[in-house]
Amino acid sequence: MLSYLWNNYVSVAAMILFGIGFCNLLLQRNLIKKIIGLNIMDTAVYLFLASMGYIEGRFAPILKDGVTEASQYVNPLPSGLVLTGIVVSVSVTALMLGLTVKLYERYRTLDIDEITTMVRKEHE
Amino acid sequence: MDFVRNFPFICIMLAMVSGPVSSVLSGKKAGRLSMLVVSVCGILSAVTLVYTLQLTEPFVYTMGRFPAPFGNEIRAGVFEALMATFFCLIMVLSLIGGLKYLKTDVPDEKKNLYFIMINLLLASLLSLIYTNDMFTGYVFVEINTISACGLIMIRGWGRNILAATKYMVMSLLGSGLVLVSISILYGITGHLLMSNIHTAVAELVASKNHIEPLIIAVGLFSVGIAIKSALFPFHAWLPDAYSYSTCSSSAILSSLVSKGYILFLMKFIYRVIGSDVFKMTGADDVLFLFGIAAMLVGSIDAIQQTDISRMIAFSSIAQIGYIYMGFGLGVEAGMVASAFHILAHASAKSMLFVSANGLSEVSGGSMNYRDLRGSGIRNRSAGIGFVVGSLSMVGIPLFAGFTSKVYFAKAALGATTSKEIVTLIALAISTILNAMYFIRMTLSVYTPRMNEHYEDRDFRPGFTYRFSMFVFIIIVLVLGILSNPIFDWISRGLSQFS
Repeated sequence: MLSYLWNNYVSVAAMILFGIGFCNLLLQRNLIKKIIGLNIMDTAVYLFLASMGYIEGRFAPILKDGVTEASQYVNPLPSGLVLTGIVVSVSVTALMLGLTVKLYERYRTLDIDEITTMVRKEHE
Repeated sequence: MDFVRNFPFICIMLAMVSGPVSSVLSGKKAGRLSMLVVSVCGILSAVTLVYTLQLTEPFVYTMGRFPAPFGNEIRAGVFEALMATFFCLIMVLSLIGGLKYLKTDVPDEKKNLYFIMINLLLASLLSLIYTNDMFTGYVFVEINTISACGLIMIRGWGRNILAATKYMVMSLLGSGLVLVSISILYGITGHLLMSNIHTAVAELVASKNHIEPLIIAVGLFSVGIAIKSALFPFHAWLPDAYSYSTCSSSAILSSLVSKGYILFLMKFIYRVIGSDVFKMTGADDVLFLFGIAAMLVGSIDAIQQTDISRMIAFSSIAQIGYIYMGFGLGVEAGMVASAFHILAHASAKSMLFVSANGLSEVSGGSMNYRDLRGSGIRNRSAGIGFVVGSLSMVGIPLFAGFTSKVYFAKAALGATTSKEIVTLIALAISTILNAMYFIRMTLSVYTPRMNEHYEDRDFRPGFTYRFSMFVFIIIVLVLGILSNPIFDWISRGLSQFS
């Protein structure tokens, strides 16, 4: 069991990071910490994807020294997925930060529970 | 006629391109462009539907003419084309129904931004319906989330922004799980195209390899989509997000956005892992239990509300529960009933939101049900729309909701005995609960206030509002009375899935 975990240590690390990020995004009351959690969560998935695309001793899929044999190169798709994923996570992070700025301007706090209480009072 | 094969792609691109174009137009022109685009997409999808009905097999459109493992694919069958047509129809009706309220709720300089979001939402919904690639599906799930967030916060009140933040947090948790699930699936199968994963998964199951990662991937995907479509117990963000946004937003959010995710889950179950493997993992039982719980909890919460739009929002939670219950029945008929319920719920719910805004308009802008007394008499078209929507939600014969409940009950008879009994009892209880709050609200809407003078008696809603109400009512009645051909198309489309 332990050797199994050790052999797949990158995936294990990715899943632990994913859990940390997930819990932060879900449980933190501070909006900025929530966003940090979101980024940890997304990065963990990219680590997982990138580790799948890495094979020891093979080149990046760019023609090198005239070697045309496909078995000498890695599959470019996982890296492509990571790139697309990064674009997506950058845009949702920007949106979340924008929302946070709006909320902070209005309520002068980053605590989402406090903001909820204030909003409730506002409409009573 | 083969040119029709390009239509799904043209629809998606049209919606995508019109977004950036709207950003340089004035609010009014952007609105016109957006409605035109949605209508054109609806017409093109209807043509696609007619075309696919004549084919025996769904057609596959390779993007950029790159063959399967390298290129991206669009796949259109009867089911996809039907859903696309219906979504465009509901979207354009919600837009023209809420046009008047948009003028008061959204400042002029922001109006074109609103229509950018509408265009992006349409593009992402169509892509989720048509795509044959898991990762493309994930990207459009995120685009759907972002544009839905825009629709929620456009009114700019504090509570809108808070609702949008909460929606984003929950949605991002969901999409994180979906992304991990897709990565794991990619890791064990080496494919991203749905049909290729399907073959690879069948081989894995036959050789009993990598069963645990497969189960985990299925579980993560189901939970991720359940969070995003507000299945109980992940529904906390829904009432605020739906009830405080502007009229068109509430109508579109409640009827289309969550349904886009559910369709993606449906494709996942049938096209990606296969319904047998889905049953093997036991995920259907979990969805069944939470669906049943949602049906009851959503209705009980709705009874306690005094605000009409919050009541309708909570009723959405119950209706989402119906759809997941159909998924969980574990029989093909349950899935067909769920798909039909997506149509029935989308039409009735968007109509209810549009009519609730009409009722509140003649009640001093209040959504509280005491203030709404007699509003059905003051604004007749909104009143009629509300009655028809309520009757459909409760499940009175002739209306769409009744037909879907009959299909659910029929499907339950084919399921295992325990599921059959639970489903029938839950359907009965939930119908009574639905009737409790919808009938109460309808009676209140038609009870005149004491000493009311009806200064607003001459109030006539605008032509666009009456038109959208009229078409909504027709859709609900057609789904209720002439459901057979639609039901046949859905079953045919789903049988083409595998």
